[in-house]
Amino acid sequence: MTTIAEKEPAPKLTAKDFASNQEVKWCPGCGDYSILKQVQTVFPDFGVPKEDIVFISGIGCAARFTYYMDTYGMHSIHGRAAAIASGVKALNPDLSVWIVSGDGDAFSIGGNHFIHLMRKNFDVNYLVFNNQIYGLTKGQYSPTSEKGKVAKSTPYGSVEEPFNPSELALGAKSSFVARSLDRDPKHMQMVLKRANEHKGTSFVEIYQNCPVFNDGTFFAYSEKETKQEQSIYLEHGKPLVFGAGADKGIKLDGTNPVIVHLNENGNSVNDLWIHDEHDKTKAHIIASFFDTHYNGVSFPRPFGVIYSEDRPTCEDGIRLQIEDLIARKGTPSLDKILSGEKTWTIL
Amino acid sequence: MESTLEQKLGHETTLVEADSIVIRFSGDSGDGMQLTGSQFTDTAAFLGNDLSTFPEFPAEIRAPIGTTAGVSGFQVNFGSKEIFTPGDEYDVLVAMNAAALKVDIARLKKGGIIITNTAGFDKKNLSLAGYPDGANPLEDGSLDNYTVHKIDVTRFTKECLSASGLGMKEIERSKNMFVLGLLFWMFDEPMDYTINFIKEKFTKKPEIADANIQTLKAGWNYGDNTEIFTTRYKVSPANLPKGVYRNISGNHATAIGLVAAAELSGLPLFLGSYPITPASDVLHELSKYKTSNVKTFQAEDEIAAVCAAIGASYAGGLGVTTTSGPGMALKTEAIGLATILEIPLIIVNVQRGGPSTGLPTKTEQSDLMQAMYGRHGEGPLPVIAACSPSDCFNTVVEAARIAVEHMTPIIVLTDGYIANGTEPWRFPAAADLKHYKVNFVTENNNPGGTFMPYKRDEKLSRPWVKPGTKELMHRIGGLERQNETGNVSYDAKNHETMTRIRAEKIQKIADYIPLVKPDSGKDTGKLVVLAWGSTSGSIKTAVRELIAEGYDVAHVHLRHINPFPKNLGELLSGYDNILIPEMNCGQLLQLIRAKYLLPAIGLSKVQGLPFTTSELKNKILEILK
Repeated sequence: MTTIAEKEPAPKLTAKDFASNQEVKWCPGCGDYSILKQVQTVFPDFGVPKEDIVFISGIGCAARFTYYMDTYGMHSIHGRAAAIASGVKALNPDLSVWIVSGDGDAFSIGGNHFIHLMRKNFDVNYLVFNNQIYGLTKGQYSPTSEKGKVAKSTPYGSVEEPFNPSELALGAKSSFVARSLDRDPKHMQMVLKRANEHKGTSFVEIYQNCPVFNDGTFFAYSEKETKQEQSIYLEHGKPLVFGAGADKGIKLDGTNPVIVHLNENGNSVNDLWIHDEHDKTKAHIIASFFDTHYNGVSFPRPFGVIYSEDRPTCEDGIRLQIEDLIARKGTPSLDKILSGEKTWTIL
Repeated sequence: MESTLEQKLGHETTLVEADSIVIRFSGDSGDGMQLTGSQFTDTAAFLGNDLSTFPEFPAEIRAPIGTTAGVSGFQVNFGSKEIFTPGDEYDVLVAMNAAALKVDIARLKKGGIIITNTAGFDKKNLSLAGYPDGANPLEDGSLDNYTVHKIDVTRFTKECLSASGLGMKEIERSKNMFVLGLLFWMFDEPMDYTINFIKEKFTKKPEIADANIQTLKAGWNYGDNTEIFTTRYKVSPANLPKGVYRNISGNHATAIGLVAAAELSGLPLFLGSYPITPASDVLHELSKYKTSNVKTFQAEDEIAAVCAAIGASYAGGLGVTTTSGPGMALKTEAIGLATILEIPLIIVNVQRGGPSTGLPTKTEQSDLMQAMYGRHGEGPLPVIAACSPSDCFNTVVEAARIAVEHMTPIIVLTDGYIANGTEPWRFPAAADLKHYKVNFVTENNNPGGTFMPYKRDEKLSRPWVKPGTKELMHRIGGLERQNETGNVSYDAKNHETMTRIRAEKIQKIADYIPLVKPDSGKDTGKLVVLAWGSTSGSIKTAVRELIAEGYDVAHVHLRHINPFPKNLGELLSGYDNILIPEMNCGQLLQLIRAKYLLPAIGLSKVQGLPFTTSELKNKILEILK
């Protein structure tokens, strides 16, 4: 999202300026520390005065984020941050509004608000720290936990399918869908900047390691032994290449993605699928790499901006309708409103 | 209806002067009874009658045609005297079909007039209404105690419009206009208002407008030409205070009250709402005021609606959410958040019959305890109630002032009866309404240190800071706050301190609200009727009639339920008996007994219907015996 700072240029802030005076109290080794650091690192570059930034969070480990930012903030109730943020943005579109949530907060108790925010497209940023577990309630499976997850409330394994958050967001008409992870600071900074620049609801899923209740759940995508084979980094206008030594790519056969080995059978990087983040059909296919096996082959997990689209924001819709009506009809006096259209007089 | 004057007219009709008349328009949901009733009402209002209306319709949009489940009624009481209720019983019952007669005959006065559409009493309609095979109330003598006019309205309408070129469906739809025309003739009221209304409504369909006007006039002429009707009635203008009036329903008054509150406080208005009967009209109505910079937001659910309103208040607006009982239940957690955030928020509950879906289109006062105590944790909030349709305006204006000046969510209770009911309203001039200043804090209240979002003023209100204010960045939230600093605190003593401060802050509102005094009667005596909300009209009528009959009774009506006015306990102790009638099982009764240890007596009604004057009078007399 973009916020045009119309105020006089102030001295550039530093990451430290965004740290509140509160002690950070996540568990040692929690992925949230990295996310907090990256947010505080990139915010000075946005040029938005601190007083114009509002963080709204719900409940969960991630939701404590609000207390650690020296901006305006509300740590609210479970699942409702999106709805509260909608009210904030509708009333004052000049504020830069950030929602911080977890997988339970966003997709379970807050699922309804999540999908409707995507559809409505208020110009806010929605960061979901996905650790595939309930942390603050001490380790129950979450709506993003894999099927079969053994956790406190599922000692014999969960029997439910997890959400694929990118697909969920696309299905709900999200105008910006991206994914990053706690252990790749540079990538996360890039994605945060893109989210900030996007005008509309920017949904950013951040894979976040929970060292206490779900340690290592994303290591396949973050550790160097497996990272290159298991993940693919998307860049707009660039071919879909992954693998150790960038030796693999993905091309499209009709609507089916196919993994090809470069340097084999005459496969060339020139034949690969070029990522177009504005192509919704392809975005759906990329999002489905998550858990779909095409012809028995599993696909790397995509990171980066999966989809982005420019479309009108909800707060602009509200504002423009009011401005247009006032321009055409004028604002009635309170006396006119009180009297209504039909009156009679008793003499 | 009391006849005070009789006068012979030239063409063999008698004109009877009446000081008040109650008409019940009753028919199938699709018969247009609400429109017919409101057109009659508007005309009576223009002629200067005082009045009160009571629309009553089924929860189903199109219940099975012809059945008792589908009966839609509109009751109007209009008079040359002051009118406070839609009337216990009616003088005239318009029954468009057998089901309507069956449902509504019970409350027709003995000797009252019945106007029926005989087409609605054919074999099929009688059977749908559940009359035994072969039985017809129009033929079997069961209505001998009434004056029954059997008119084939459907046939007359068809004949009247045979050359109109309209289809049979459109023609049948005009039959309510025939009845309306006939009633205008019976009550000596002009048709101009309705003719203008029809012309405006159907500007794009002149053939429909013509058909309706033609049928309306046919109804009038039917009364004028046939010798069936020998009596006409005249209700003279009421002796209302001089001024300019409009007709208004409670939901409309709530809506414009909110627009006024925004102007008086200088705050931008934001309504977060989710459609629910009988509150939806507030959302509909407010959505028309975008030219007053009103932002309305139809949220994805009740929870999102209140949360968006909390967000808007947090951002520096006047956040409002409107709902009914089940929606209140859903909003409860978020109201708890607003309570600990200590930000202004107006929550309007247009009560209906409960629990659960209950009686969505019927009225009840059964959410008082929910408003008082329906929160997790210790979270008292101010609760105020409107007592009539137009009073909804005053109530929300007052609610906004309390919310903003005392930095608190506030619950406003209205109910389906006054939300949909209408009355003439001598509306105020904008200049007579009191503006007040909202003090957004822009300076650090802890110079040299960190801003303290929970440092309080003499009202115990905390500072309201709009995001966007330089140097005052701070975080608030649902976790317990440390006194003054507003930082998260799990300290045991601090929690008790904060719990007591929040309660005391609400209690302190009593210092800023008017003392209560009797609405009717003296401030000591044999019996006081204490009440709140929409029962006001029938209680006022009952008590004033009894006072006129020489009884020592009084009526005290509460707007402020939490906190109570400071003198309430003392005032109540001046009466030998306290009667508390409520459309619930005795909720205010419990509050009063608990707080003042007074042996108040309850009168409870939970039928989805308001009290009748006679029910109240009987109870009062029983106690006085």
